[in-house]
Amino acid sequence: MGVNKLKIAILSGKGGTGKTLVSVNLAAVCNDSTYIDCDVEEPNGHIFFKPVIEDKSDIKVLIPVCDDAKCTGCRACVEFCNFNALAHVNGSLMIFEDICHSCGGCKLVCPENAITEKEKTIGKIEIGKSNETNVISGIMNTGEESGVPIIDELLNRDFIDTYNYFIDCPPGSSCTVMESIKDADYCILVTEPTVMGLHDFKMVYELVSLFKKPHSVILNKCTIEYNPAKQFCLDENINILMEIPYDSELALLNSQGKIVARESRKFNEMFSILLETVLKEVHK
Amino acid sequence: MIVAMPVEGKTMSASINKSFGRTQYFLVYNTETQQKTFLANEAANAQGGAGIQASQFIVDQHTNALLIPMIGKNAADVLKGAGVELYMTSGCSISGNITAFLDGKLESLTQIHAGFHNHGGK
Amino acid sequence: MKKLLILSGKGGTGKTTVSSSFIKLSQTEAYADCDVDAPNLHLMVDIPSESTTKSFYGLPKANIDTQKCTDCGQCMEHCRFNAIKNNDGYTVDFYACEGCGVCEYVCPTEAISMQKATAGNLILYRDNTVFSTAKLNMGFGNSGMLVAEVKNQLDDEAPDAEFAVIDGSPGIGCPVIASISGVDMVLVVTEPSLSGISDMSRVIDTAEGFMVDCAVCINKYDINLENTEKIEEICRNRNIPMTGRIPFDNMVVGAVNNRISITDINCPAGNAIKDVYHSTMKIFKTETGEIE
Repeated sequence: MGVNKLKIAILSGKGGTGKTLVSVNLAAVCNDSTYIDCDVEEPNGHIFFKPVIEDKSDIKVLIPVCDDAKCTGCRACVEFCNFNALAHVNGSLMIFEDICHSCGGCKLVCPENAITEKEKTIGKIEIGKSNETNVISGIMNTGEESGVPIIDELLNRDFIDTYNYFIDCPPGSSCTVMESIKDADYCILVTEPTVMGLHDFKMVYELVSLFKKPHSVILNKCTIEYNPAKQFCLDENINILMEIPYDSELALLNSQGKIVARESRKFNEMFSILLETVLKEVHK
Repeated sequence: MIVAMPVEGKTMSASINKSFGRTQYFLVYNTETQQKTFLANEAANAQGGAGIQASQFIVDQHTNALLIPMIGKNAADVLKGAGVELYMTSGCSISGNITAFLDGKLESLTQIHAGFHNHGGK
Repeated sequence: MKKLLILSGKGGTGKTTVSSSFIKLSQTEAYADCDVDAPNLHLMVDIPSESTTKSFYGLPKANIDTQKCTDCGQCMEHCRFNAIKNNDGYTVDFYACEGCGVCEYVCPTEAISMQKATAGNLILYRDNTVFSTAKLNMGFGNSGMLVAEVKNQLDDEAPDAEFAVIDGSPGIGCPVIASISGVDMVLVVTEPSLSGISDMSRVIDTAEGFMVDCAVCINKYDINLENTEKIEEICRNRNIPMTGRIPFDNMVVGAVNNRISITDINCPAGNAIKDVYHSTMKIFKTETGEIE
């Protein structure tokens, strides 16, 4: 992406805390913005935006192909493959595409040059628009090995030229999350007031600290009860952007797949204030 | 002929293991000599592709028939590619299944599932 | 050992709250948490105080010996994962490295070696109950293998237990598939939102693909009655038994945070979960034959 762009990643650790709620609604109230769905295994942003698709792009990886005529059955490739994607039986090489990590090693080690490579589609990227918001979704085909190549493509190709990018990250703290926040300018961590939420929040807090990403927190689904996540943020001096109270009207609208900021003035105001707070914080 | 099966321990009183790719041991039984050999399954610790690695191992033992409760698609493809016949075990007794197999009472295993995908990443 | 696995598809539906309630109500001697990326069950159950931990090794990571490195750049040229950088010398990005071994193979001076990396820890808690769980380290992916280890540990350490409850992970990916292996039934805990419905259908597809039967219960059902009815219709059409509806309940958060089982307090959700438990176990026993 070019210079002077602002990339904000929204992550949570625990599922169901409101990551997509926040990223979708912030993108919806923000001028000149793009929403990017990096949860390529379970993309949900499009359920809310229902974008008009303007362009699609297949994401491909390279998979080995063996010329049995040249193969001598030496099994150098089978021995080399750390992922066990190859087997040699009955005089021919079997290649298991779903397990292959596309490292290219088998092609390198074959003494007979019997292995070449072909392309395999593992997913796609859809680019579209919902009102004024640009929407880019990455969708991984079921059964595929890793969504990392798709996320890499989502974030490194200049699909759309806007100023603000809101990156909806996958849950957890594994390789796909890391890939999603790698080039982010700022991270927003969304959590809920349960001990489980706090436990998983600490994981992503560790992650953003490790990657030295400036960050703040949104406490979602707050009740009058004691909030362990809030206490943790206060103890650790982590900036809290907003405390969103649990609201059954919001829950209902959200469960219907509606963008709450577009449905009601109350929520439009709430997310507009949140956006202002975020931008002020980012530009400090 | 050589008959193999996944087992939970290295003795004849052990049970048949429900998992093929991740079983700790295989019993390899020679029907002619009646020799019984227990072999460790190195695929059990594989990050991924355990079924494939285990199948390669079974094929390399010159196995003719494999007795198992169930098996995934990738492993089944390797075994079938090598001409190993698959039979569905009945109950968990090793000797019971061997006897049933020799008496022709075990059914062919035809239902192959999609694979447990214990494959590793980073 | 007969095993009941609790899944959700979508995260945040209340899977762990339901699992912990089932563990309390059944008084089972054996249970496991297969959500190794973000294990939470230990926060909701009275776990034994003694625990043992075992390191779990994932795929190896490449390591460059700068003494032997001649800066030829072959490793970076061949790495398909952008895991080798040249910042005043060649280094490996630990988190990006996928352990394929290509760099080790192409290095002309043998400066690169693949080294064992601890991907996580397998944890065992026991006194008169056995709780098997694990924690995957940050940055490691595809935890199917570690999930299999959690279940093997449960089998090994509680060989005489007749019944076990297993708390699964969200999603439909490899860790979920690995947890389905060898279980007798899956209970899907869903919620009445569009995302929840979509993910529920996919997780049922996954379980049925492995010939494991499912039952479904709906948590926070009163947030959206229309979607609740939609879910019940989908299950009717797929011949999947419904084992109950649990209302949204303000008392749950407080109970959870204080490690009080909601089945021990007189609250709507707690009472509903008891009914869900009895309905689920009735089906489970029919599926598997009589258990204690």
